[in-house]
Amino acid sequence: MVRSLTIILVGALFGAGLAVGGMLNPAKVAGFLDIFGVWDPSLAFVMGGGVVANLVGMRFLQRGRAPLFASSFRLPDATGIDRHLVGGAVLFGIGWGLGGLCPGPAISSLVLVPGDVALFVVMMLAGLFGGRVFMARRTG
Amino acid sequence: MTIDFASFTPAASLAGGVMIGIAALLLMRLHGRVMGISGILGGLVRPSSDGDAGWRVLFVFGALLGPLIVIHLLGRPVAVQPVADGLMLPAAGLLVGLGTAIGSGCTSGHGICGLARLSLRSAAAVGIFMCAAVITVYVIRHAS
Repeated sequence: MVRSLTIILVGALFGAGLAVGGMLNPAKVAGFLDIFGVWDPSLAFVMGGGVVANLVGMRFLQRGRAPLFASSFRLPDATGIDRHLVGGAVLFGIGWGLGGLCPGPAISSLVLVPGDVALFVVMMLAGLFGGRVFMARRTG
Repeated sequence: MTIDFASFTPAASLAGGVMIGIAALLLMRLHGRVMGISGILGGLVRPSSDGDAGWRVLFVFGALLGPLIVIHLLGRPVAVQPVADGLMLPAAGLLVGLGTAIGSGCTSGHGICGLARLSLRSAAAVGIFMCAAVITVYVIRHAS
């Protein structure tokens, strides 16, 4: 019960941070990406604040011990920069530039403008499914 | 380069970023999971192991609650102005889904979590998707 509640609260903190930071507004995202036009650098502060808070927090909290509600830390194994990473990042970047939405904001803004974003989210989930099938076949 | 000072919100964006960073930190320290949204969603649409869906559903439920809590506390709506319509919106969604699945992460997983772990792989992904997104917006706004 407490375990479940903490996951919901962490998700809510994430969604609230997206809303406060301006990430739910595709026009603001496009303004951030438009560095050759009239540039709004705000979202660099979202990324900077998020990375620094996470990094500093990791240094302060004890390392090595298991998570409070799980037996171990699940971290990605891959460390190399392969063609899937590069190709996937290019496709993602194009989609992000076209729609002004990345996965987290797409989900969280469903409660704000469900009609507009629903189709984006459905296609994003289809893409996630297709991409995972592709990767499972490639890497076994 | 011209700075759009009328839209510039450094304090709010920094506060939002810190909230997102603390969420990522808590998810790792409490539950041992990377707060990567494409990975969390990907594990729902195509599960890789049994009994793994519960925490993902709870996180998404929370992520949907978050903006509503902000609206309630601030007493005003959160700005949302779309930039794509018609076929562009579903096409963008498909590219975002495919790209984050093949590239193993998005703005949260590679960005907030990977960069904080000082992962070179994530730094490469962030650099590449930022460049691709900047070029895409340039082509849409300035090259036609």
